[in-house]
Amino acid sequence: MHSLKGVKRRNTMILYVLLIVMAIVWVVPILWIILTSFRGEGGAFVNYFWPKTYTFHNYIQLFTNSQYPFGRWFLNTLFVSIVSGLISTALVLAMAYSLSRLKFKLKGPFLKVALVLNMFPGFMAMFAVYYILKAAGLTQSLFALILVYVSGAGLAFYIQKGFFDTIPYSLDESAMLDGATKWQIFTKITLPLSKPIIVFTALTAFTGPWMDFIFAQVIMGDNVKNYTVAIGLYSMMTKETANSLFMSFAAGAVIIAIPITILFIVLQRFYVSGVTSGSVKG
Amino acid sequence: MFKRKKHSTFETHIPLTKLFKKADGVTKASYVVMGAANIANKQYLKGFVFLLLEVTWIAWLLTAGLKAYYNMVTLGTRAQGLVYDKKIGISVLKAGDNSMLLLLWGMLAVIITILFVLLYRASLASARKIWELKQAGDPLPTLREDLGSLLDEKLHVTLMAIPMTGVLFFTILPLIYMIAIAFTSYDHNHLPPKNLFSWVGFANFSNVISGQMAHTFFPVLAWTLIWAVAATVTSFFFGVILAMMINAKGIKGKKVFRTIFILTMAIPAFISLLIMNNMFADGGLVNTMLINSGLIKTSLPFFTNPLFAKFTIIIVNLWIGIPATMLVTTGILQNQSEEQIEAAEIDGANKFQIFKSITFPQIVFVMAPSLIQQFIGNVNNFNVIYLLTGGGPTNSNYYGAGSTDLLITWLYNLTLNTADYNLASVIGILIFILSATFSLVAYKKISNSGMEA
Repeated sequence: MHSLKGVKRRNTMILYVLLIVMAIVWVVPILWIILTSFRGEGGAFVNYFWPKTYTFHNYIQLFTNSQYPFGRWFLNTLFVSIVSGLISTALVLAMAYSLSRLKFKLKGPFLKVALVLNMFPGFMAMFAVYYILKAAGLTQSLFALILVYVSGAGLAFYIQKGFFDTIPYSLDESAMLDGATKWQIFTKITLPLSKPIIVFTALTAFTGPWMDFIFAQVIMGDNVKNYTVAIGLYSMMTKETANSLFMSFAAGAVIIAIPITILFIVLQRFYVSGVTSGSVKG
Repeated sequence: MFKRKKHSTFETHIPLTKLFKKADGVTKASYVVMGAANIANKQYLKGFVFLLLEVTWIAWLLTAGLKAYYNMVTLGTRAQGLVYDKKIGISVLKAGDNSMLLLLWGMLAVIITILFVLLYRASLASARKIWELKQAGDPLPTLREDLGSLLDEKLHVTLMAIPMTGVLFFTILPLIYMIAIAFTSYDHNHLPPKNLFSWVGFANFSNVISGQMAHTFFPVLAWTLIWAVAATVTSFFFGVILAMMINAKGIKGKKVFRTIFILTMAIPAFISLLIMNNMFADGGLVNTMLINSGLIKTSLPFFTNPLFAKFTIIIVNLWIGIPATMLVTTGILQNQSEEQIEAAEIDGANKFQIFKSITFPQIVFVMAPSLIQQFIGNVNNFNVIYLLTGGGPTNSNYYGAGSTDLLITWLYNLTLNTADYNLASVIGILIFILSATFSLVAYKKISNSGMEA
């Protein structure tokens, strides 16, 4: 009896040690970037962990350097993400609702085609998208960026469709008996029941523009004043500038990581149900 | 009692070929003059819209459409060149045909015609509806009712119109354009507007599979597959173990541990990967720490030795991948039924047996679809390679790729660095075939095993 308890206690101790070691491995890079953003001396590479001097200079430089207008990038990204977030949410919900709750002839074939389209690597079409935008005279503008982000909405409906699939049909039927049209059912019954998925859709659409540095880069080219934070920060890390701007990069990284981290922590329960509900797509 | 008429969505209709034989004159006329039946039956707006669109299409076809098709076949005949100008007495540069734009307009023309065919069918369906209603002696729907149906039985049309337009112009059009490029000679020697390119059939495919490019393609493909399997399996396996550890009885502060790992998921990938790139560099934090502590004398070649770089990538990917699996697995573990485990305990099963025969299969079952998606995602994992190693170290045996490049980053290099758009398209198509075959087989396997269970 006593030895069994001892073994258990020892196992628990081993688990604690393992977990703490792992937690340290996961925290160190984050802690390091935060420390770097306040570091007063050195460049991209230093051979110690804790900074010798602390300063806000890197943050101040981020907002005053006219060659890398972070403040402007931040506002650009905010604008793009709010507008494209709102439109995408509406479109994704409309698609998901149609494909989940409405019956029409081409639904089955459409779902199959969507699956196929989603399997082509996105980069393959990226340059064609660029030429289409160029032909339409839209490149290097924030509008083009919004257009591209929003146009992806038509094929990103799986998680939301999975959610709508779970709402019982009996609600729709009783409303239909009362003479409600499908539009009324969608807006007055389904949507009010779908607040969590609406929040999830809106917030994921909102965070997209903060992370995309490839598509945005291709569209914006060298138009630095229309950059988003992701391209902007990435452009600070070229071979010539990486050393001198690394600490400002760290500061920028901290600034954009904070809101996204908060959003993510709020959203994590949706994330789980999203991944596991993907299994019932038809 | 019921205000609403009963609508069955999939009524059986008379086939359009039969209708032509049986129907009256105006319906017959609708086969040539779209909207004729609607106009004859006082559905003026609908009828005239059909008619107008038909006239527009024909006008477009005659003025621009046919030319676009012709140009798509030739891809341009006049190269850019010097033309002697008599007025000023010297040769001047004269713009030629731009094959790239001609191909793009050609593709657009194909889409316009497909849309017109769909519209034509819709107009015939509308004529048929009128004929059927008249046969049955029912009243025809008024404009008001027609518009009202867009919010009711035809709501899907209203809801899907805008998103589908986006998909059409920014997914389908670019995709068929890029697929077409795979069959042309659009490479660094044939760059418009300076040069023309032309159709070459399957030449690019044979170049990649058995020609010069095969020396790059097959090694890159092999590494892509090794990477995708290793990344998916290791992240999954260690993620499950981490979740089990945090969930183990007697561990306090479960929430704190979980939050620490989840935090790392929230940081945008381009930030965390660039930081990792800095930390593992030759003069980076990891190497200097190891040297300072006396464990090694010279820097470890984390990114400069091909084999070492591959291991580094897979290990760093764990940092990103483990928390995601942990988060989902935790959800599954918390919903696990206690009874089944207690029953197994009573039967004398030990912890390992319970894990092996009950918990683990359950996790695999729930996570199988997301594992397939993760595998596909890893095949296309641009960020990790691009940000961590940039494809390096360089490999002189490869064309346009480094030792750690995946197919997807090679595709990117082929378009951005070497401007071999045709090869890039071939690679894109091959990636698609790879992902589609894999997921088809895998999904089939899951649904089969799901039925047995």
